Amino acid sequence: MSTESAPAPQSGTAEDVKQGPRIAVSALTTNLREYGLIIALIVIMLFFQYTTSGTLFKPVNLSNLVQQNSFIIVMALGMLLVIVAGYIDLSVGSVAGFIGALAAMMMVIWPLGIFSNPLVVSIVCLIVGALIGAAQGYWIAYHKIPSFIVTLAGMLIFRGICQALLGGGSSVGPLPDSFKALSSGFIPDVIGPLTLIPPTVNAAGKTIVGSGLTLHMTTIVLGLIAVLAYAYFGFRTRRKRERHGYEAEPFPLFVIKTLVGGALALFLVFQFASYRGLPVVLLVMGVLISLFVFVTKRMTIGRRIYAMGGNAKAAQLSGINTERLTLLVFINMGVLSALGGLIIAARLGQAVPAAGLGSELDVIAAVFIGGASAMGGVGQVIGAVVGGFIMGVMNNGMSIMGVNVDWQQVVKGLVLLGAVIFDVYNKNKA
Amino acid sequence: MASTILEMRDITKTFPGVKALSNVNLSVEEGEIHAIVGENGAGKSTLMKVLSGVYPSGTYDGQIIFRGQECNFKGIHDSEHIGIVIIHQELALVPMLSIAENIFLGNEHASYGVIDWDANETRTAALLKKVGLKEDPKTLITNIGVGKQQLVEIAKALSKEVKLLILDEPTASLSEKDSQALLDLLLEFKRQGMTSILISHKLNEVNRVADKVTVIRDGRTIETLPRKDISEDRIITSMVGRSLDDRYPPREPQIGDVIFEVRDWSVYHPIHPERQVIKNVNLNVRKGEVVGIAGLMGAGRTEFAMSLFGRSYGRHITGEVSLHGKPLDLSSVSKAVENRIAYVTEDRKTYGLNLIDHIKHNVTLANLGGVSSRGVIDDMREMSVANDYRKKTNIRASSVYQLTGNLSGGNQQKVVLSKWLFADPEVLILDEPTRGIDVGAKYEIYTIIARLAAEGKAIIVISSEMPELLGISDRIYVMNEGRIVGEMAASDASQEKIMRAIVRGEGKKAS
Repeated sequence: MSTESAPAPQSGTAEDVKQGPRIAVSALTTNLREYGLIIALIVIMLFFQYTTSGTLFKPVNLSNLVQQNSFIIVMALGMLLVIVAGYIDLSVGSVAGFIGALAAMMMVIWPLGIFSNPLVVSIVCLIVGALIGAAQGYWIAYHKIPSFIVTLAGMLIFRGICQALLGGGSSVGPLPDSFKALSSGFIPDVIGPLTLIPPTVNAAGKTIVGSGLTLHMTTIVLGLIAVLAYAYFGFRTRRKRERHGYEAEPFPLFVIKTLVGGALALFLVFQFASYRGLPVVLLVMGVLISLFVFVTKRMTIGRRIYAMGGNAKAAQLSGINTERLTLLVFINMGVLSALGGLIIAARLGQAVPAAGLGSELDVIAAVFIGGASAMGGVGQVIGAVVGGFIMGVMNNGMSIMGVNVDWQQVVKGLVLLGAVIFDVYNKNKA
Repeated sequence: MASTILEMRDITKTFPGVKALSNVNLSVEEGEIHAIVGENGAGKSTLMKVLSGVYPSGTYDGQIIFRGQECNFKGIHDSEHIGIVIIHQELALVPMLSIAENIFLGNEHASYGVIDWDANETRTAALLKKVGLKEDPKTLITNIGVGKQQLVEIAKALSKEVKLLILDEPTASLSEKDSQALLDLLLEFKRQGMTSILISHKLNEVNRVADKVTVIRDGRTIETLPRKDISEDRIITSMVGRSLDDRYPPREPQIGDVIFEVRDWSVYHPIHPERQVIKNVNLNVRKGEVVGIAGLMGAGRTEFAMSLFGRSYGRHITGEVSLHGKPLDLSSVSKAVENRIAYVTEDRKTYGLNLIDHIKHNVTLANLGGVSSRGVIDDMREMSVANDYRKKTNIRASSVYQLTGNLSGGNQQKVVLSKWLFADPEVLILDEPTRGIDVGAKYEIYTIIARLAAEGKAIIVISSEMPELLGISDRIYVMNEGRIVGEMAASDASQEKIMRAIVRGEGKKAS
């Protein structure tokens, strides 16, 4: 497979100073390519909003959507690094299933006393995930066994252990509520709700569900802080570039970008606030996404991963310890697979033998839809996240529309193929 | 009176924003060896891509007339069909297939998809004989050397009933001996009436075989010189558009004490552990000194350098290295870099650059610590470093955001050099620093080397081009079969002396 699905590498949006008037055009085109994916997501959302007669954007459905897909996106963050580094990990679905089973056994079946506390269990599970990643990464990094083979073996092994742990076909549960909050919980409203429109009371004296409008104020405040921080840091980076004499993207474009982005974010925040507030898992995801954006864009370790994926030999001869870096990438993947497994178990409220089955393919698809290259060296965190949401929105939208699951698969496959063809076409044109 | 076999008239090819060729004219006569020379990026390869149909008819302006017929190639297939075959600089052979399989790849003697191996191998044997190869057609490509692989490429071209053979830098990776053999073969083909176009940077080769030389500069034909006017100086003047009185920048060496020393360095082959590749090498470099390592291909120079640099080659490495008299730990590349040793590889595309990333990220890769604090990269600092080195080494690019994969060979080499300069080494090992780059860029690289020496760095240059070593070094070691077989001051070294040292080294081994 020599298909290269590579958009331009992360080049930032700035050009050199002496570019003159061409800069506006080039900034626009690079931005279009970069934001093309986000625009695609918005278009897809609007499409389903229309075909589901407005159900998609309903606050309760948005919460569902996030809760259903968060584990894919969490794992896609790790998979992005794996793929950028030039590898693949097929075991993530099985590892997630195994960790879910392990967590359930520890909390429900095994008499562990204090160690069956959900928080302790979660920490232990993340450590086990790291060990699994290290075990697989060790063979890949230090013995140069192709990652496809090692993780294919891992996929079989951990699915098997998962099923064995659960004693064949049975499921283990119910899990404690405090654990389930990881997936289905909402952040507490420490500020207190604000009722804009009082709910209608029916004849029996009970409020009608969904009537009225009460806002979860903590969510609103957090949302506002996030949007302001986004605008502030964007502006500060601009100023810094200009102070050093480097051209930033044109100011109007920056303003439009910030306004549109901010407005969209505020809209979503408002929707969440008018339901039960920000889902806990969205907060976890948000923190992780920011962390990984920072690591890949700003940190030396991120840069080294890209360099290794782009040319491993050159990276090695530049003093980069490619073996250790590979190991770290897989340990990271193991931890995130474990987190994914915990999220799945928390959402289902129990561990089932099929948890996470086939999800490795959704995760990999999300990363490729997001513009990563199968050859390594190219790919963006935001791309993988948006790719994950595109898959999620399609799942959700088609389910609401009543599209048969079989045909949902066909559509997802076509979207994956289409996205990669689009990338390759764009790249050849450039 | 020979007739014209190929005429290219007013070829103009533009890429978005760049005019790669403008009104290029080329006229090749039947039965001659026509050399095309020019700096990298002058447009030679583009012209050959137009000729061979890589850029299909319609994407350029102008006419191609081959044997009296106007040609409108839609692809390589069309040009090969009428007998124009191009052999690219990077060989296009499948390593794990046999010679016979490679030669008839895509063109097998077969009926209904079933290959007639006997026919293929008989024909291959005949073709190999023509190019002077005695290998069994069943030999895998990976088991023969680069020189022989080049000959297999030529045999492959012959299998296609070639009328016009185009060779793009055929000797770039060949040893002196293999190069000579290849050139002899070209002359032999000429006697048999074949026409060839030779693209080469090596002017002595051009001088030796070409009947005519066409010089291309900045996408234009400058002139076509007939045999009697061909001389290296004449060609260089025409190529760079100015006369290069001196091909090497002047420098006044200020040589200090020995700062880098290697003692008893021995290395064994990574796959055949019984083979000793480097045999008790002793060598030293002084502050501000440029030391050359001469030798033929396969003498073990690259293996020596790479085994020094973080043990990137070989096993059972023994010996001592010291810097300023203190023993050095070079057991990993990162330790070597920390100890301020840098190695600029001979193969910049495979070992030197991340071609899918831009200049900025490549320049800082070996010293990310220099643009970051606590693991966080300072974008502004990185930007100014990249721009700084772009200016210092004169990298020609639209900005530091240009992908290194899109740069010419010379500019790529400057990016690799920048990367290592930013790592601030004290000892710099340059392996074939000017391979495959044009005269102008070579001069710039020499200037950088001279400047580094003047700054007091210790520099080791490995090169297969003896005039280059004589031109830039202060002292020359001669290496052969993994041994140092000679050491001489550049002032009293000559090509003959170096060759004699090599030959004597061989004699020593035989006795």
